[in-house]
Amino acid sequence: MSDRAIARLAARRWRIALALTAAMLAVYFGFILLVAFAKPVMGSPVAGKLTLGILLGVLVIVSAWLLTWIYVRWANRHYDVALRGLSGPGA
Amino acid sequence: MSSALGQPHPVAIGFFFVFIAVTLGITWWAARRTRTTSHFYAAGRTITGFQNGLALAGDYMSAASFLGIAGLVSLSGFDGLIYSTGWLVGWPVVLFLIAEPLRNLGKYTFADVVAYRMRQRPVRICAAVGTLATVVFYLIAQMVGAGNLIRLMFGLPYEVAVVGVGVVMLAYVLFGGMIATTWVQIVKAVLLLSGALILTLLVLARFGFNPVALFSAAADRYGAAVLTPGQLVSNPWDAVSLGLALMFGTAGLPHILMRFYTVPDARAARASVFYATGFIGFFYLLTFVLGFGAMVIVGQDAIRAVDRGGNMAALLLAEVLGGTPFLGFIAAVAFATILAVVAGLTLSGAAALSHDLWVNVVRDGEAGEHEQFRVARLATVVLGALAIGLGITFKGQNVAFMVGLAFAIAASANFPALFLSMFWRGFSTAGAVASMTTGTVTAVVLIYLSPTLQIDVLHHPAALFPLRNPGLITLPLSFLAGALASVVWPDSVSAERFAEVERRALFGVVGE
Repeated sequence: MSDRAIARLAARRWRIALALTAAMLAVYFGFILLVAFAKPVMGSPVAGKLTLGILLGVLVIVSAWLLTWIYVRWANRHYDVALRGLSGPGA
Repeated sequence: MSSALGQPHPVAIGFFFVFIAVTLGITWWAARRTRTTSHFYAAGRTITGFQNGLALAGDYMSAASFLGIAGLVSLSGFDGLIYSTGWLVGWPVVLFLIAEPLRNLGKYTFADVVAYRMRQRPVRICAAVGTLATVVFYLIAQMVGAGNLIRLMFGLPYEVAVVGVGVVMLAYVLFGGMIATTWVQIVKAVLLLSGALILTLLVLARFGFNPVALFSAAADRYGAAVLTPGQLVSNPWDAVSLGLALMFGTAGLPHILMRFYTVPDARAARASVFYATGFIGFFYLLTFVLGFGAMVIVGQDAIRAVDRGGNMAALLLAEVLGGTPFLGFIAAVAFATILAVVAGLTLSGAAALSHDLWVNVVRDGEAGEHEQFRVARLATVVLGALAIGLGITFKGQNVAFMVGLAFAIAASANFPALFLSMFWRGFSTAGAVASMTTGTVTAVVLIYLSPTLQIDVLHHPAALFPLRNPGLITLPLSFLAGALASVVWPDSVSAERFAEVERRALFGVVGE
């Protein structure tokens, strides 16, 4: 196994990891900034008296689940296969 | 309303003793399997991904977040949701950036990873200081919380409660090491999740299993304001700064990082964060519903009458919906929660003292297995005694800020060095030392100068530093110090060994 191929796979994993981290940052701080700067919008009702703010807060939690699921799915399907390819049979 | 809270009730005491008996039984079983240092620190690396996911959740979901967030929601509504989300969003970051390479590169502590290609001594000392600072501040908050809670729940004197928690926790860690700690955390996570779930279902049953009806009832009784953002985020910079500390602090908490060494490989480490994120997110959703349930069913006046901060809201709700026996069960669960968290903290502090400082600094990595095992247990006793001593010293003090401080130190002292050591070829010994020292010192100094300490605790009229949590300043400063020092004082050995780090981060080492 060549160091070049390993460095390429490592770089690919970091790119995906950093992109997903940036997505989580954007979702969470997007929510916080809405809470800080758009209080009336966050207080507007969407179903019964349930407000948009509460719905978005719950969606922050759901998006954390979704992002971890995306990563695990990619890692199990592609990354692990590429790892096995690099380490060769039996290793 | 009259409540059985604060009086020693036979049902609560019964559940409490069953829990102590079961966990001490686990400890006895674990003690017979704890024969080497690897068993003691890392449970022999035999925990599965699913089990570790539960144990991570058990390590992380504290009584403060269960009772505190439910209480905050019950009194202020929407604002509690800001905390619920904030405590969760660090977990995906742990998965993406830390879990797998950490598992492959280290042995027992996160310092193993930072020091891997560096000069051991200076890096280990700084990492141990960062670890101990995080652990001590977190422990103080947990022990003081434990003393207050147990006094409120069972009517026991504060000191008795602190010593009791300390001694039982010490028994788990000292005799059963990581195996017992892991299983106590798993039992606790299952109890806490099922207790919170049952309570939530009892709440929702009153509203036709329709959460919207619950929120509407809250708005009818206390006004639409409880469903909209309130006063918590009056300064957006404060919210962003706290958010950064929570997000990257989770990825720098020593007791959380240590848990990744208990699984056999990186794949299991990955799976364990996936499960942990699921459990912890679910738990925070439940506490949010419980807070609104307490607001509507118990009522804000009744909650404030028992504890002004609202910390007893979930327990009062349990009493109203399930009677005294259910109150006893939930109180015992809250107690189990405290024990599991302090056990994890103590073990990670002991690992910093014995594995990082004694074995790798004092003995230069030359200590034999027998000596390592003995020093690990000695360090556990030291940490346990320290926890009890600190708990009693800080009696009656306002220590709520210490959790925020622990997260700020973890985010600024531990996370940047850990991340850069795995990610950047040019990161040098001087860079690691600069980054960790800057992070620890600036986090402690800026918290001291912040309104959190100057105004809330010391009652001064103003504070020199405007932010309540320093994460927004200290996290970038720590990265900057690490980068600058690495450029000014490069380290050729460290750079040459980066290819080895990259290879090992991917493949790990068989059998370790």
